[in-house]
Amino acid sequence: MGHVVIDVMLKPEILDPQGQAVSGALPRLGFEQFREVRQGKRFVLTVDGEVTEEHLAAAAEAAEKLLSNPVIEDVVSVRAQQDVDSVRAEDPDQ
Amino acid sequence: MKVGVVTFPGSLDDRDAARAVRAVGAEAVTLWHGDADLKGVDAVVLPGGFSYGDYLRCGAIARFAPVMDALIPAARGGLPVIGICNGFQVLCESHLLPGALIRNDHRKFNCVDQRLVVENASTAWTSDFVAGQEITIVLKNGEGGFVADERTLDELEGEGRVVVRYAGGNPNGSYRAIAGITNDRGNIVGLMPHPEHAVEEGYGPSTDGLPFFTSVLKQVANA
Repeated sequence: MGHVVIDVMLKPEILDPQGQAVSGALPRLGFEQFREVRQGKRFVLTVDGEVTEEHLAAAAEAAEKLLSNPVIEDVVSVRAQQDVDSVRAEDPDQ
Repeated sequence: MKVGVVTFPGSLDDRDAARAVRAVGAEAVTLWHGDADLKGVDAVVLPGGFSYGDYLRCGAIARFAPVMDALIPAARGGLPVIGICNGFQVLCESHLLPGALIRNDHRKFNCVDQRLVVENASTAWTSDFVAGQEITIVLKNGEGGFVADERTLDELEGEGRVVVRYAGGNPNGSYRAIAGITNDRGNIVGLMPHPEHAVEEGYGPSTDGLPFFTSVLKQVANA
């Protein structure tokens, strides 16, 4: 099975209260080196077989139509991952 | 006079909205999110709550409910529609109104008696107010911060499309303290505070919510 990974972030000029809350908590845990935190969303869409150009085009359309609100958010990337292990491999703790 | 009240999974204030409709002598008609039928109503209320759990973004999934397939063209055609709180979020996600609602700048859920100034008393839902009138109704939300780009904000201000503005402090960081807006035609209104909770003595800070519902009654009668 293939996977399409879509990342959505709040536009830079939009206030991100969730990111600010995280930003406020980091120093309390001893992480003093980070100036700002922005929190986004990741969607992983699974398809049968390999990810095709058609899958990517449909995912891009879904990202613009439903997964993001263009007033406040940007679709940062729409890309293929051929196996879920490589999706998980981006986060070694999972 | 029939006013439809849409119930999405997670709607909370649909019963109160129906009660407010009956309080001004109109018939409240229950509309189900899964039905693409407006049952011949003369106006529609999109009530507050947490439609579809507000997963993804507030109002984002509700915008694609079957009932919206009927409502969106009807609203574009002039049907009076008011979206209150979550309903406002649904109207913005539907692009019937510009802008978006984001999490309150202070990150807390807010529940207060909120002062507002009615700035536009010529919409289908506010004609029974006087421009500049100050009212107090309940505000309760976690994601009530109204945002839009500068051009849109200037357009809203320039065309008199800010319907209600927060007075006595901005409760959620809304740009330019905007509490509610309308479309260019004035038949669609969205606002974060809840007029339907202020229509009966003894149940809230005032009965200042009543004119929203009496206004639309007159609008339909005169149409």
